[in-house]
Amino acid sequence: MQRTSTWTPDYFHKVVDCQFACPAHTPVPEYIRLIAEGRYSDAYMINWQSNVFPGVLGRTCDRPCEPACRRGRVEEEPVAICRLKRVAADNKDDVSARMPAPAASKNGKRVAMVGAGPASLTVARDLAPLGYDITLFDGDAKAGGMIRSQIPRFRLPEGVIDEEVGYITNLGMTLRLGERVESLKALLAEGYDAVFVGSGAPRGRELNLPGREEARANIHIGIDWLSSVSFGHIDKIGRRVIVLGGGNTAMDCCRTSRRLGGEDVKVIVRSGFEEMKASPWEKEDAIHEDIPILNWRVPKAFTHDNGKLTGVTFEVVKATVDENGKRRVVNSGEPDEHYECDDVLVAVGQENAYPWMERDIGMDFDEWAMPKVDPITMQSTIANVFFGGDAAFGPKNIIWAVAHGHDAAVSIHKFCQGEDVKVRPPPEFSLVSQKMGIHEWSYDNDIANDRRYRVPQRDKAVALKDVKMEVELGFDRDTGYKEAERCLNCDVQTVFADNLCIECDACEDICPVDCITFVKETDEATLRTELKAPALNLDQDLYVSGALGTGRVMVKDEDVCLHCGLCAERCPTGAWDMQRFTLEMTHAGAACQSR
Amino acid sequence: MTYILKPQLHHPNLPTNARGFTRRDYEGSVSTLCAGCGHDSISSAIIQAAFELDLPPHQIAKLSGIGCSSKTPDYFMGASHGFNTVHGRMPSVLTGANLANKDLIYLGVSGDGDSASIGLGQFAHAVRRGVNMLYIVENNGVYGLTKGQFSATSDKGSKSKKGVVNHDSGIDLVGMALQLGATYVGRSFSGDKDQLIPLIKAGLAHKGAAFIDVISPCVQFNNHVGSTKSFDYVREHNEAVNRLDMIPARSPIHVDYAPGETVMVTQHDGSVLSLHKLAELYDPSDRGQALGFLGSRQAKGEIVTGLLYVDPEAGDLHDALDTVATPLNELDGAALVPGSKALAAINAGLR
Repeated sequence: MQRTSTWTPDYFHKVVDCQFACPAHTPVPEYIRLIAEGRYSDAYMINWQSNVFPGVLGRTCDRPCEPACRRGRVEEEPVAICRLKRVAADNKDDVSARMPAPAASKNGKRVAMVGAGPASLTVARDLAPLGYDITLFDGDAKAGGMIRSQIPRFRLPEGVIDEEVGYITNLGMTLRLGERVESLKALLAEGYDAVFVGSGAPRGRELNLPGREEARANIHIGIDWLSSVSFGHIDKIGRRVIVLGGGNTAMDCCRTSRRLGGEDVKVIVRSGFEEMKASPWEKEDAIHEDIPILNWRVPKAFTHDNGKLTGVTFEVVKATVDENGKRRVVNSGEPDEHYECDDVLVAVGQENAYPWMERDIGMDFDEWAMPKVDPITMQSTIANVFFGGDAAFGPKNIIWAVAHGHDAAVSIHKFCQGEDVKVRPPPEFSLVSQKMGIHEWSYDNDIANDRRYRVPQRDKAVALKDVKMEVELGFDRDTGYKEAERCLNCDVQTVFADNLCIECDACEDICPVDCITFVKETDEATLRTELKAPALNLDQDLYVSGALGTGRVMVKDEDVCLHCGLCAERCPTGAWDMQRFTLEMTHAGAACQSR
Repeated sequence: MTYILKPQLHHPNLPTNARGFTRRDYEGSVSTLCAGCGHDSISSAIIQAAFELDLPPHQIAKLSGIGCSSKTPDYFMGASHGFNTVHGRMPSVLTGANLANKDLIYLGVSGDGDSASIGLGQFAHAVRRGVNMLYIVENNGVYGLTKGQFSATSDKGSKSKKGVVNHDSGIDLVGMALQLGATYVGRSFSGDKDQLIPLIKAGLAHKGAAFIDVISPCVQFNNHVGSTKSFDYVREHNEAVNRLDMIPARSPIHVDYAPGETVMVTQHDGSVLSLHKLAELYDPSDRGQALGFLGSRQAKGEIVTGLLYVDPEAGDLHDALDTVATPLNELDGAALVPGSKALAAINAGLR
């Protein structure tokens, strides 16, 4: 097996599982350490740099970081990364003075953004301080996009949205709210240097079943209904509600219904409970609010009494494995079921819709009627039109929208400066020793044994009374500290210098999780079986040294390394060192330009 | 040393032994020895050996004297009995404990100073009497705790860290153990656990006086050019006479080597030692030959390692004293004080 290359950021970045999994590559352990130190504002600003909406994401993120978290592989549950982000946002001081100042002078380039959701706002934040003249268009009366229209207030208070959207709009830009862009051709004709499309996936998927037309008065499309609730156009729903669909929108619909008069609210989903798209914690929250989730039921028809909805009929299905080993969903043989209800919320998916894009202006669309967008540059087939967020590749989530926004901002900047958008400088990185004394490190290497703390919630009886009352109370500072101490500091890397090693085995002996083995070098597959603890997690890399004095090599399986630094403490020659890895993502600005 | 405790979290796939323990359950507190100390590797080998033998921690007694090596019983098998005795006096305390309760497994841990200097007489007599124990000397050839003077096992002609040449002859504890009648004698190197772990396992299973001399480099004071107990020197001059596989009693026997190259020796407790020959003419059942072989190789500066001598049928001190089957500490008053009639009978028998 090849000696591990540690002179590029790739290897060590992958070791920081949370940061690697985050689409925006937020330096998670770094901000968690700052929270433990009580430096909430610093923790907030690190987040703000990477993911733009720490307060919003600290309540609503899909948390790709948490399933990746190494802690979840050495005990039951990962660090509560997402809710720690909220601790930083809740406890920070006034950070307005630390925000970038509006550009002193404009650079003469005009950029239009279609939709004022998270993707567009990220692009605007990255570009405005560089002097771009930015115009944001949105059909809604306020900026924020789906953050404002689709996420219920009891999960995300309006104040948090106003604050974080405000940090961006304060950078100096023209807001044309309540103004829906109806023609890309016309927009381009206004002579913008670049256009960014961040218009989301605004259309809720329809469920055309018998009875849909007749009973239309009581059948609502989930995201439209949520948006109407958010903007105060709807404030009640029937006593018995059925929510169709198993994603996070369905969870928001059912929980909102419980607050608008729905007493008997059910979620009925065609898949199994485990396969539902909703995040596990969102399902948990719904169940906690007395909302049963019935699975393996495919809706067949809406029943009605002369146009007045009476219920929904379902076919009961089950999963089987066919002769080719493929999983199939088939009729279970049980009789169809009918559930009575007063209202139905349809939350079976979202679609992109581009009726406002003319098809004769050079924009190429693919076979699914999606515009062709380069996944790295976010550029469409019209050179000065860029995409991001749900508008680019279909519905994802906020953190992906932010990541797209950063990438698109780099492209727009390069494009406007006459550079090749495809030439993108890699991120900068540094490795700095954390040694403070013989056995002293700059980070707390004593591993906490605490199990994951639960976020306290408001009393259910109170929470269900008001659709705007936030349910989660967030960690207090003490609990936030304790939860932060669960972080393993995976960005503090175990760096091995093979020329210093005397093969005394001290590191191999002390390692609490049997990561390190000195062994004869061979191919990776064999090596993985010959280590002190077999390296069975193929997603995790092996760190392989050059040949040592006895001809063996040091092999470290990164999988469950606690980053406790005991290998370095027990090393007599300093062959092991704990070094903090910092990754500087290339955002729009001088860093992204040709050097 | 280290300021933090070793984290409790362990590898999710860590195997358990027949008693349901993981290797981590045989650990002790975190070592306070210098980083890289060979003794820590020996502790780790003892932990692994005890784990692989499924030993019950409460049935093990660890005894030691004074010195870096004698601190180590604190760093392994934290759930076992331990006695940190007076300097050089571990063998007599161990002998006493063994006489009182022969059911425990006795592990004596000592160093070159503790056994070859102040405790030489104690070492000699415990071995001579055949006390049922495994006696491990963690031999670094230097007085580490007092900053690096030559010890009694430093080889003549070897250099100290400051460049002083040793003019005294070194004591070879392996040679002494052979002469004194130890019935299991081995030598190994802290940097070669593949060799050391089976030697410890077989030594723990051996009935009678088992002795292992483990060369254990002192990274701080005896790991330089000119030392004969440095990592580099031992690796260069290590001549292993055999490779041992220890197969516990009642385990299926599987041997990797062709017949003729491998000798199978069954010990008293039923454990089988599978000895793969490396030195063609070496016979570990011949005490005289072992002594001669050691002497000739030592003269060439080689360090002979492996299982050097074993008498699988050996007896121990209790056999020699013909003690009762019940451990003496479990005998009740009636058994210990048989009364005046019994005394009269004994006296009558002596008239």
